[in-house]
Amino acid sequence: MRTIKSLSLRPMSTGFTLRNRLSEQIQEITKCDPPKKPTVDPATVEHHSKLSNKWWNVNGELRALHALNPLRVQFVRDGLANVGFKVECPYLPLKGIKILDVGCGGGVLSEPLARIGADVTGIDASSELITAAKEHAALDPSLDGKLNYIETVIEDYAPDNKETFNVIVASEVIEHVNDKELFLKCCISTMKPGGSIFLTTLNKTLPSWLGGIIAAENVLKLVPKGTHDWNKFITPAEMQSLLETYGCKTKLIHGMFYNPLRNEWFWMTSTAINYALHAVKRKRQE
Amino acid sequence: MATFMKMVANGDILSIALKKYKCFIPNGSILVSRDYSISAKNHENYDIIITGGGMVGTTLACALANNRKLECKKILLLESGRQFEYKFEEKYSNRVVALNQQTRTLFSSIGAWQHIKATRYCTVQKMQVWDACSDAMIVFNEDYLTKEIAYIVENDLLLHAVNKQLTDKENVNVIYNSKIENIKLPKTLEENAQIQLQDGTKYKAKLLIGADGVNSLVRQTMGTQYVKWDYNQMAIVATLKLSEPTENIVAWQRFLPAGPIALLPLTNCLSSLVWSLPTTEAKRLLKVSEEEFVDDINNALWKVYPKDGIVESGMRALQQLLEGLSLQTGVIKQLQPSVSAIIEGSRAAFPLQFGHSVSYVQTGTVLVGDAAHRVHPLAGQGVNLGFGDVTVLVQLLAEAVVNGAPLGDMTYLRKYETLRQRYNVPMMFTIDALHRLYKGTAAPIVLARSLGLQLTNAIPVIKKALIEHASGQIGNR
Ligand SMILES: Cc1cc2nc3c(=O)[nH]c(=O)nc-3n(C[C@H](O)[C@H](O)[C@H](O)COP(=O)(O)OP(=O)(O)OC[C@H]3O[C@@H](n4cnc5c(N)ncnc54)[C@H](O)[C@@H]3O)c2cc1C
Repeated sequence: MRTIKSLSLRPMSTGFTLRNRLSEQIQEITKCDPPKKPTVDPATVEHHSKLSNKWWNVNGELRALHALNPLRVQFVRDGLANVGFKVECPYLPLKGIKILDVGCGGGVLSEPLARIGADVTGIDASSELITAAKEHAALDPSLDGKLNYIETVIEDYAPDNKETFNVIVASEVIEHVNDKELFLKCCISTMKPGGSIFLTTLNKTLPSWLGGIIAAENVLKLVPKGTHDWNKFITPAEMQSLLETYGCKTKLIHGMFYNPLRNEWFWMTSTAINYALHAVKRKRQE
Repeated sequence: MATFMKMVANGDILSIALKKYKCFIPNGSILVSRDYSISAKNHENYDIIITGGGMVGTTLACALANNRKLECKKILLLESGRQFEYKFEEKYSNRVVALNQQTRTLFSSIGAWQHIKATRYCTVQKMQVWDACSDAMIVFNEDYLTKEIAYIVENDLLLHAVNKQLTDKENVNVIYNSKIENIKLPKTLEENAQIQLQDGTKYKAKLLIGADGVNSLVRQTMGTQYVKWDYNQMAIVATLKLSEPTENIVAWQRFLPAGPIALLPLTNCLSSLVWSLPTTEAKRLLKVSEEEFVDDINNALWKVYPKDGIVESGMRALQQLLEGLSLQTGVIKQLQPSVSAIIEGSRAAFPLQFGHSVSYVQTGTVLVGDAAHRVHPLAGQGVNLGFGDVTVLVQLLAEAVVNGAPLGDMTYLRKYETLRQRYNVPMMFTIDALHRLYKGTAAPIVLARSLGLQLTNAIPVIKKALIEHASGQIGNR
């Protein structure tokens, strides 16, 4: 039963997209130069862009992603508290924190982080999603000045923004990335020493293949077929060793499972399917 | 009680209940039908609007403002009535409520309990419930006389205590005499709830909370299904003088063929009456002289009703069974008080009904208190259910805030609904079923209720669970 609960959160759905938009996107994708942007998979960018107008429908295709917010916001808050960050304002627990949300999509996670006080920069390769994110943020005046969305990729963004952020968030992103080493290296370079990186993704296990691909895509049809390539999944151990290579010490790894019937996520000890990871960048003297 | 519990398990009570209910979807369009489009610009902006400044709505405003995670939120409380002025009077008010432990905790946390304590209240340490048609009785808290089961507080004093705390809260704005002309509910998280008053003022907010009582306008606008039925009963309330002063710490309740009569302690010489009766009988009792009324009360407390053969033998069989299981059966019955007079002019009556909103929430909108549920007062739970709603809603909204979610987010509102319905619904149906069980004198019903009462008395665990439920301790798990 457990396997059913795994789920890919970024479905690559077609069907509801207009043809002319599709061809525009194909044009766009052919324009982009894969060797220069090796962390981004053009096919993924295209599929996610098509979801942009559906991105903020909390009951729609991305409901599982919306439902993940309580857990991942809590993960960031508690993670920072664990490394000694003191909350000064009870209703703005992330006040004073600069966050880079890599692969922010339509801003589903960037918005709540900004709402609790963080200064958030969200980057995404898709111009449509960045537009959708900006449009949505404009609906809430309380987010004024707290959010900055940029259409770019991490390897282009990182060189000019070294050691800028207290926190890097890459949630449900790395499983779609081709060159994970470069991705993590770039992410970590934008982070201040002592800063935290928070990742959530799918494990590379038999259960995650059964649950994330066979059950979620083929049996339960929670997400469209072809959403995920199991070969791109990464185990917690692989991730930990990559992070270590780039100077980050892993603090915590937590398993997560999804109940599709109630559209609700829970923490669990097993990291066999979905997991969240918190690592801290070593200070220079360490 | 075992029989009763089994009935619950089988869903019998539900079906009994559902046979009688009238179910309708109120026509919300009465109020929203006028094509009415308001530009959002000339609306005064709030985070939360609460309609209804009764006991529940006022307490909610205070509890929200008191929570450190919500203290930044701008709150508007709209009350259609006049501003309430409390004047202490020696004479007790005839409207009192029995507050449970959980409610008291809530009042302590918002700082209102100190004002009640400084004025007056009465602690209930024991509850004795007995049956007019058999020897069955049940005593709550016999062994733990040190524990406090409930607190009897006058409605006026309670509202005053909360209002006093509310005056310090700068982020809460209260508007009295506010007649609502129009409500527009948000359809998505991005929209606001909009309210227009008859004087033309317009307000908008991310979250609209309906605390506007049993005929809730917010509920009607939501168009949610509302299940209700009338009991064709009224509750008579009055302040009673006891024949002789006693250490008045017991709440008494006797189940009579026509409905339960309850005496709640106020002082060593005074008790408050809540007596449920068929409407015609209640109306008659409102008209009779005060002396005759007192006689009727004493009759209701003391009259020996004919016992029924079947009931008696059933009870004997049960007694044997329980002794076989070495469970305790006999309990020392304390004698109920007699009444010497009523405080002049304290007699009043209220119609009783059952009502439950099938849903309490929708995006950006939520119901609390009597707006969501109305129960028979026989268990004294009505307003406690509402205060339980307040406690849970405040917790979940605070959670929404620190998770960066908008206040109207269904993730948190639905959690509120689930938690509260899991508590309120069994409580409401238990109360309703008790009412039905205790109404008739037909032998099988009397037997069932006698067995139920005896069994709960004999099985400490069940009794403890009942007390805990009644005092709200297990409500939120
Ligand atoms: C005879 C009797 C005995 C009872 N005994 C007990 C007891 O012992 N223990 C107990 O716990 N409960 C008891 N109850 C139940 C208890 O009184 C109610 O549960 C409680 O009053 C509900 O509070 P509320 O704030 O939700 O609603 P209400 O008290 O009905 O308050 C609603 C408020 O909203 C205002 N309002 C209505 N419509 C609008 C509008 N459109 N705009 C603005 N304002 C509006 C009204 O003016 C009112 O002030 C008893 C009830 C009765 C009838």
